[in-house]
Order: sequence, then C-alpha cells, then structure tokens
Amino acid sequence: MNNNAVKNNIERRDLLSRVAGQTYLWLLLVVLYAPILLIIIFSFTKSKVFGNWTGFTFGLYENLLTGYDTASQVRVDPNLYRAMFYTAVIAVIAALLSTLLGTLAAIGIYNLRQRTRRAVTFLNSVPMINPDIITGISLFLLFVFLGISRGLLTVVIAHVVFCTPYVVLSVMPRLTKMNPNIYEAALDLGATPAQALRKVLVPELWPGMVSGFILSLTLSIDDFGVTFFTKGSNGLETLSTFIYADARKGGLTPELRPLFSLIFLTILVLLVIMNIRSMRQAKKAGR
Amino acid sequence: MKVFQNRRSWVWPYVLFLVLLVVLPLVLIGVYAFTDAQGHFTVMNFVQFFNKSEAVNTFIYSIAIALITTIICLVLGYPAAYIMAMRSFRTPQVMAMLFILPMWINFLLRTIATVELFHMFNLPLGEGALLFGMSYDFLPFMIYPIYNTLQKMDLSLLEAARDLGANRMQTFIKVVLPLSLPGIYSGIVMVFMPTVSTFAISELLTHNKITLFGSLIQRSFGEGGIAMWNYGAALSLIMLVIIGATSFFGQDDTAADNQKGGLL
Repeated sequence: MNNNAVKNNIERRDLLSRVAGQTYLWLLLVVLYAPILLIIIFSFTKSKVFGNWTGFTFGLYENLLTGYDTASQVRVDPNLYRAMFYTAVIAVIAALLSTLLGTLAAIGIYNLRQRTRRAVTFLNSVPMINPDIITGISLFLLFVFLGISRGLLTVVIAHVVFCTPYVVLSVMPRLTKMNPNIYEAALDLGATPAQALRKVLVPELWPGMVSGFILSLTLSIDDFGVTFFTKGSNGLETLSTFIYADARKGGLTPELRPLFSLIFLTILVLLVIMNIRSMRQAKKAGR
Repeated sequence: MKVFQNRRSWVWPYVLFLVLLVVLPLVLIGVYAFTDAQGHFTVMNFVQFFNKSEAVNTFIYSIAIALITTIICLVLGYPAAYIMAMRSFRTPQVMAMLFILPMWINFLLRTIATVELFHMFNLPLGEGALLFGMSYDFLPFMIYPIYNTLQKMDLSLLEAARDLGANRMQTFIKVVLPLSLPGIYSGIVMVFMPTVSTFAISELLTHNKITLFGSLIQRSFGEGGIAMWNYGAALSLIMLVIIGATSFFGQDDTAADNQKGGLL
C-alpha cells in the first residue's frame, strides 16, 4: 500500500482531529507572525513611538529612501546607511572568500584518506557547533594576542571562519555524486589541469558553490555575536550591531520599520521563487 | 584517478586556516582562563567564580531558562511538526515554509518586534517576556528538524502497527516517537545552545533587569577592561564545557541541514 493511500485512510478515520490539528497550526502561525505583522503595519504610520497610530502614510519609506524627513527637516541617522553599506560589503566579501576557500577545501577533503578525512571533517564542524559568543570571544583574544587592531578586516576574517564550513558541506554532496573519471578523461583528451578544472570540475560543483555562497551571505548578514566582538571600537557597525545599540538606547529609529518590512518582503519573494523552482525540478526528476 | 588525488593538497590552506583561526583561539581561551593579568598560572579565575554566589546563581538560572525554553519549544513544536507530517494538507510545502520563514529574519529584529508587542499590550518585560521571546525566536529551529525526520518516515509502518492491534497511543509511543528521536535531539541542540549562550536577546527582552550567563561573559570583555579578560575567559571555558556536553547529544552533520531550514 503506498503512503498516500495510508494517509487518506488515517484521515478519513478522524476528521475531527484533523480540523483540530489545522486550527492548532494556524494559531501557532498567528502568534509566530504577530510581531512581524505589527512592525509591517506600523511602518505605514509616522509616529516616533511604536504602537502609536497617527494615520496612514508612506512617510517612513520616503524618509528611508531620501535620508531626509521633509516634515521635521531632520536627517535620518546617517549611521543607519553606513551600517547598511558595511553589512553588504562584509557579506559579499566574506561570502566570496568562503566560497573559494570552502570549494578548494571540499575537493581536498574528498581526496583525503579515511582517517585524515575524518579529522579534517571534525575540525570543519567545530565553528558550526560553537555558539557565536565563543567564536567571537576566541577570535577577539586571538586578535589581541597577535596585536591586530580590530576593524573591517577582522570582521571579514571572522565571518569567513563561520561561513566556510557551510560551503564545504554544500559542495561535498556534488563531489560524491560526480564521476571522478570525467576529470581524468578531460586530461586524457588533452586538457591542461587548469582547463579541466574550469571546464569540468567547476561546472559540476557550481550548484553547491552557489548555495554555499547564498547561505554564507545570509549567515553573514544575520550575524550579531561574532561581529560584536570583532568589530572594535572605531565606530564600525553592521545592521545587527546598529539595531542592538539603537534598541539599548531606548527608542528604535522609526526608519528601521520600513527597512525591516522591505527585508521581510524580499526574503519572502526569494524563498517562494526558490521553492517553486526546486519543486519543478523535483517533478521533472520524478518523471 | 591519481591526478585527481593530487588535489588532496588543496585541503592544506584550509587546515592551516582552521588551526590558526579556530583551534588557536580556543586554546587562547584556555590559556587566558588559567592565567592572571601578568600571565602567571593561576586557578583564581575559577575560584573567583565559584565564590561569588551571584555569578553561580546566574549560571544556574541561565541553564534553567534555556532548559525551560527548550521544553516549551519541544512541547509546542512537536505537535506542529507531527500534524504537518501526517495530515495531508493540500500544500504541505507552503505550510512548512511558513514555519521556516522566520528563521531567515534577523533575530534581533524579531526580538525587538516581540518587545514592541509586549509594549503594545502593556505587558511587563521580565521573566515572562524572556521565556516568550526566546521560545518565539527559536521555535522554528525545533519544528524543522522534527518535521524533517517525521516526513521521511515510512507511513506504512503506522498501518502495520494498527493491523497488528496497536491503538493510536501505542502506535505513537512505540513507532512514531522512537523514529523521530534524531529530529528531537537535533532540535534540542539547536534551541538549547543559542539560548544558553545568548546575551543580546535577554538584555532587550528584560530591559537589562535579568542577567544571563552570556551577558556576564560579554560584560567581562566590555566594560571591565583588560583586568576582567582572564575572568571572562574562565567563564567562556565553563560555557564551552556545557556546549561540548550538549553537542554529544545531536549529530553534528545535521546542523548544516537544519541551518535556515535546509531551504537551499
């Protein structure tokens, strides 16, 4: 009997518990999304204090885009834009470096002998297990120990540390699936090792590299703990550390509300596109 | 094959990188923890911790909070994962995606959103807000791995159990639950580890009224200046022991699968 028939059978037996189950899921989702929806709703009103509705307006979106509030003639905190800029710069550089390093490492690990391979794989998993406060403090102590002053460079290095293991793990399945003979064949047919790398190996590993890159981007943008300890005190802020400092001061910059809503929307659209694509691919593969 | 195996050497830059930027820094935590500000060997940092009842209390309190958060997430999350995996929604993927989506939003923003929610309903910030906020932040990390293991389960096993005379409860306890244990383990690890080590979430959710162990560590490296670093390193080492013990619980290779809900 196939899974679907069993499923239907179970379902028919108990419609009531099915309804109860669905109600539970929707309730949970409502609670889960309530705070997010609140922020989105209040991004369309201009009150300085959150939760105070002063009429519908796109004012905050306008402020965010122009950097200037025409009503009160006050500039939006320039540090917010600097934080956005550095978040993007750090994420892109760290993700590129991680993808490069991680892909090379994955190819190397794949070709290692069993015992060494296990050791390196374990080492690779350590940054993933470590909570960010430990990664942050340990790197903080390293930079102090080596006398490196903290700033943009140290933050990028730190982000490469916690992103690369995920790239290794994204590329590895592509390697195990690949037929190792095709690389050999390319060499036999007269390709130089560099050509074989570019024309055979990289195209084979590309999907793994792309997902490793995107995962690194999101991990880097999301990070707070590691950045906090490695950014130093020269005024370098990412979006995360800016929000933290802002929230601790008390009032949250109102322009963060539309920014948050836009980020949420972007992620939602991206996820929907990616999932539709992977569902289609799964269907194709099924045929 | 031999030529390809020469690519073995490509691993060494990364190994060097890991030794320099992962192993050495962890060793440094140990070194700082067992030395004083002048660099002489000492166990005073640990003695100082165990003699301060305030610090020990914070430590125990943090573990308790993390445990309670984990239990809340398990109790709320398991049924959700189970319902999603068992009932055939017309669109189960969409349902799963809705639960995973919050994982992609910066946790500080989510935390602040929770704080604002409490403000709006005039609820006090404190222990209740802390537990609610942390459960809210990490619930998806519990649901996803459990859903993942349940979804892979062969449903004809349930049918077989029923045919052999097991009732619903027995089927669940003897078949479903044991099969979902790996998912439960990685869910527990993925919720417990960040909650036991957090410092930002608790500060925001309680307006600094409640100090967790993570904040204690963070402060040793912030306001205290160089004098507190060795003490902070000792606290970090204690935290590392907890983390190490917890990570034996779940298989580490599942961590990558579950990060961001494995949507990539």
